[in-house]
Amino acid sequence: MTFKVLNTGLLTTIQDLGRPGYFHLGIPISGAMDRLSLRAANLLVGNDEGAAALETVFMGPQLEFEKDAMVAVTGAELPPRVDGEEKPTWTAFKVKAGQVLSFDYLREGARAYIAISGGITTDVYLGSRSTYAIGALGGYEGRALAVGDMVPFGDNGKVKEGRSLEASLRRMPGNPAELRVLPGLYWRLITEEAGRNFFDDEWKVAPEADRMGVRFRGGRPMTFQEREQPFGAGSDPSNIVDGCYSYGSIQVPGGTEPIVLHRDAVSGGGYFTLGAVISADMDLIGQLQPHTPTRFVKVDMEQALAARKERKAQLARIEEALKHQ
Amino acid sequence: MADIRSPIPGTFYRRPSPEDAPYKSEGDAVAVGDVVGLVEVMKSFIEVKSEVVGKVKAFKVENEEPVSAGAVLVELED
Repeated sequence: MTFKVLNTGLLTTIQDLGRPGYFHLGIPISGAMDRLSLRAANLLVGNDEGAAALETVFMGPQLEFEKDAMVAVTGAELPPRVDGEEKPTWTAFKVKAGQVLSFDYLREGARAYIAISGGITTDVYLGSRSTYAIGALGGYEGRALAVGDMVPFGDNGKVKEGRSLEASLRRMPGNPAELRVLPGLYWRLITEEAGRNFFDDEWKVAPEADRMGVRFRGGRPMTFQEREQPFGAGSDPSNIVDGCYSYGSIQVPGGTEPIVLHRDAVSGGGYFTLGAVISADMDLIGQLQPHTPTRFVKVDMEQALAARKERKAQLARIEEALKHQ
Repeated sequence: MADIRSPIPGTFYRRPSPEDAPYKSEGDAVAVGDVVGLVEVMKSFIEVKSEVVGKVKAFKVENEEPVSAGAVLVELED
């Protein structure tokens, strides 16, 4: 059975936890930009945490259901409506056959996750249903949803309406947003002053931020250590001999605007990367609206691993809370 | 009296390109489906269309200013 897309919103894609293992071939990891919210949405409706769901950004779609389903909307505060009646976010609610799920204006955050009981059951490609639109693979025919699409979903009648996760179990960026950064291999290419400025300055999310990367502007331009550019590197001091990029790595083309590479990013290139946003904070980037003031906070490996542990503990608290509902 | 709101957060533009005249100015009539501005986000420009008939009373957001989702862009009068 399916739901029918009556309106797409701005950009609505099928995403699960991603497609790791092919980055060395240039196929990005894809998957939800805010994975904790995707997991929470799935658990609310009784799915496996990694089932495929919808990721919608800034503006929700309109979907008509062909059969009864349990739905949960998490992540951004994008209030759902069933036949016009508002439903709570972070809560499982029923949509009956023939009813239309739509959304009110975005109130907070950027990306909402819409999980449907049974999960979306489009074809699996390289181990994942995530959409990588630039490569035309995964998702619904390798692209974002379009009007008229009939999207298949599975079956599970396991959970009750009204299961909910309270605010303390959710996570959204503050204002200013704080992103923890672990300096990396190429940190040595910038001057000490540039390194200090990067962490002292307030940056703002640029409107062109997307699933590939999120650009920041407003901080002071970087100065580089004097060096002779090695053979194979471009002439700009921000160029290197091509290297690998990791999920979360921060490139600064021309030393002016840092770009944090996200789920659909390229896997390598010729810009230096000064470090990486720690994995525990990558979900927060998925929830940044354009123009949000942002600070980068320096951490070491020990702090990064502690933060990752805390994220795992939060997921365990979510699972525990749902056991009793 | 109706308001036209931005469907998405981004940057508001009152003209189709820097050389062109604004889509609408104060006092202009607005029909259903008329474009009143653009909002730029994620490398896309989204047209903001009116869903009602009216006359532009005031623009509540300046050209190239940031807007949030649901922000009132234009106030209409009958």
